Amino acid sequence: MSGPFSLHNWQAWFSDWSYFAGGFLRTLYISLLGLVFTLVIGLVVGILLCGKNRGVLALCRGYMSFFQNTPLVIQVFIYYNVLPKLGIRLGVIAIGVLGLALYTGAYAADIVHSAIKAVPTGQLEAAHSQGFSYLQSMIHIILPQAIKIGLPPMTNQAVNLIKNSSVLAVIAGGELMYCADSWSGDNLIYGPTFVMTGVLYLCICLPISLFARRMEKRSVRNV
Amino acid sequence: MFSNWAHAFSVVFTPKILLYLGQGLLNTLYIAAVSITLSLVFGTILGLMRNTKEKLLQTIAAVYIEVVRNIPLLLFIIAMRFMTRLPPLESGIAALTVFTSAIVAEIVRGGLNSVAKGQWEAATSQGFNRVQTMWYIIIPQALRSIRSPLISQFVTTIKDTSFCAVVGTYELSFTSKIVAAHRTIVTAEDIVLLYLLVALIYYVINRVFSGIARRERGNAMKGVVR
Repeated sequence: MSGPFSLHNWQAWFSDWSYFAGGFLRTLYISLLGLVFTLVIGLVVGILLCGKNRGVLALCRGYMSFFQNTPLVIQVFIYYNVLPKLGIRLGVIAIGVLGLALYTGAYAADIVHSAIKAVPTGQLEAAHSQGFSYLQSMIHIILPQAIKIGLPPMTNQAVNLIKNSSVLAVIAGGELMYCADSWSGDNLIYGPTFVMTGVLYLCICLPISLFARRMEKRSVRNV
Repeated sequence: MFSNWAHAFSVVFTPKILLYLGQGLLNTLYIAAVSITLSLVFGTILGLMRNTKEKLLQTIAAVYIEVVRNIPLLLFIIAMRFMTRLPPLESGIAALTVFTSAIVAEIVRGGLNSVAKGQWEAATSQGFNRVQTMWYIIIPQALRSIRSPLISQFVTTIKDTSFCAVVGTYELSFTSKIVAAHRTIVTAEDIVLLYLLVALIYYVINRVFSGIARRERGNAMKGVVR
């Protein structure tokens, strides 16, 4: 049997499975770190957006506008090509985490901001009347309620982040998509490589998406 | 450092480079426009399939949407480029269409579901059949909530075309990469200016669409009766 999906091609792919396992783990590692920083950026910018300081607002909006309206590929090109010229040397993983976090953080900030706005203002006033400071009422009263609203869209952003980590293939990031691209090019075996790469991404993303969907359904029912 | 901007300008803003980037931009817009148009067609069909009572059609659409949505677009782009005989631009369009149709289907489905159930019952009581109800009652209302996420998706698709740079398609991102490697582009200023220019091009185009999307979202919210 010949053709792109011949038995020989499958055997070749499976005999090199450890190469792909390494890429898979690297994808997980980059995504996890990226997600942590995304949440931090999203929380900080999202809360700042609820303030009234014009300068801060303009800064936050500028950040979100730029990072949402330019492609991640270009952003990664910039980190990869420009930072070394400024004397900042980062490894590909660091660039990946930075790039993914700044990009997804711009969306996360939107989610945090609208989740906080969705909590009735009476909650903040009530907290104030009980002697909570702004920060205290944020942490103890507003955010716990906002998390319920913001969690489903945030989970979808996590899936986007994992999928977008594939962009690191452009700078030889060593993650799963890079492994698929380079291994298939070296061995000229495409069929099994792409199918198995798809399956590996599905293994990470599908459970998270389905989880997000279930949460969405539940929150709709509760409204 | 960063003292020689005048020189950087003279190096980056040459007719040759600008024309080259312009050609890349045209290809980017071509890929995006055709992909969006095709995705609207296939996405709407998929979205309607997902919402029918026909179990088989529903399952096919659901599996397609869930599988495609959870795989990176880049995999489709690489697979289309290396496993089909399509020319570069067309293989990019094919990959983007496969991917974006699934997203559009979800938007369409969300829009259809956002129309209150009572509308179906009311239309049936007035003697509308299912197709008539869909066409005259449901779709016009669904469009109101669909428009904003759909236009946001345009922005995403325009950005997504940049993934085609990975397989060496001559769209804006790849052409910028080529220019960056050109022998005349040397200093930090040159590179910064080049990428700022490219980022600005993407930004201006996308900002127009995201502005429209935001306005549409405002309009849709105003129209909702709760």
